[in-house]
Amino acid sequence: MLPPRFELHRPSTIEGALELMARFGDDATFYAGGTELLVAMKARVLRYAHLIDLKKIGSLAEIHLNGSGGILIGALSTHHQISCNPYVITHFPGYAALSENVANIRVRIAGTLGGNLCFAEPHADPATLLCALNARAHLVSLKGRRIINISDFILGEFSTAREDGEILTHIELPPLPHGARAVYRSFGQQERPTAGVAVVRTPHATGPEWKIWAGAVSSRPLELSLVTEAVKGVADTHVIDQIRVQSEVHAETLEIHDDAHGGADYKRHLISVLARRAAEDCLS
Amino acid sequence: MSTENKYPMMQISFVLNGKACGTTIEPRELLIDVLREKFQLTGTKRSCDVQVCGACTVLVDGLPVSSCSTLAAEVDARDVQSIEGLSQHGQLDPIQRAFVEHGAMQCGFCTPGMVLAVKSLLAQDPHPNEETIRHYLRGNICRCTGYVKIIEAINDLASRHG
Repeated sequence: MLPPRFELHRPSTIEGALELMARFGDDATFYAGGTELLVAMKARVLRYAHLIDLKKIGSLAEIHLNGSGGILIGALSTHHQISCNPYVITHFPGYAALSENVANIRVRIAGTLGGNLCFAEPHADPATLLCALNARAHLVSLKGRRIINISDFILGEFSTAREDGEILTHIELPPLPHGARAVYRSFGQQERPTAGVAVVRTPHATGPEWKIWAGAVSSRPLELSLVTEAVKGVADTHVIDQIRVQSEVHAETLEIHDDAHGGADYKRHLISVLARRAAEDCLS
Repeated sequence: MSTENKYPMMQISFVLNGKACGTTIEPRELLIDVLREKFQLTGTKRSCDVQVCGACTVLVDGLPVSSCSTLAAEVDARDVQSIEGLSQHGQLDPIQRAFVEHGAMQCGFCTPGMVLAVKSLLAQDPHPNEETIRHYLRGNICRCTGYVKIIEAINDLASRHG
């Protein structure tokens, strides 16, 4: 099906894109990979007279090392580019693996990380792990720049902290502490995850710290902070079962809804299973 | 839907199945419609229309895209390959021949997209294992469920020398 008619703008600079957005306001939207936007426009769920294509702004698709072991990912990088990037593979292998498993190969080739985050469809993979990695969103507008945590960027279903006149330019992954492991496991029957769990294990002098985030089960990724508290000081030999049990306990307290992807009870069960598997991967 | 187009048309030039070509499009036009209607290349099939099934797969710069959800404007100055461009001098591509030899098709509707996805996979990795093959083709759906013979055909290609 054809989308409604629109004009396609292709600025070559961020400033040019921001000026176009300032000129057209509510009639315009930024266009990245189009994997969500075009499908929604074809279905008449969204309608814009002006699409501002960001893909001609080359700097937005670059991936750079940032300090020692940190990475700055241009928001227009595709999931496929991220999954193949040597910096990501070296420093964040769990994130490279996640990117290689987003939807299907065609979506990974067209779809961008920035588009995925800005669309904020809850049944998505990247945000959950990015929250667990303390990733930050770099935003720019005609007024200036700001940086916020991804966990504060995603507000809810299809809702983010990005203002209409702002462009998400980069996603910053701070370096993982030495010896830390980050793993994401998800399960879904179709293209999108029914549930996804990110687990980060960080060694400390006082014993390892475990951080666990669950995504796709609610309107935004949620941290299972009670699990972190409960397994503090637990030896690696006993921690896996504790993580499974405590994830189940914490999941009981979360507001999780039934939807086409499964019932709330099923999703709570998935959280504990995926948390256990991801934790096992952190120790393997 | 309004019938009057108040938005500017666009000129695009691209390489289609090895030949330079160009056309004038509306910005909203989808690659699948340009291929099927302007160039009469009806081997590219529309099915789910939401990037899930893979029937409309074509290669852009060698990589698979869903032509049902790709603006034709995106292929300006790029290389597009549809199923019609695969055979050379009347000879089937080895992938097409393997599909025929293994009977890797039933109704045939998914076959063009399936063959092109395999073309891209083998260009990147000439000898993929079965796990890699299954992972790469996860987004190409065969509603006849003829997956076993499709996988057999690709395993055969992947095990060949060279």
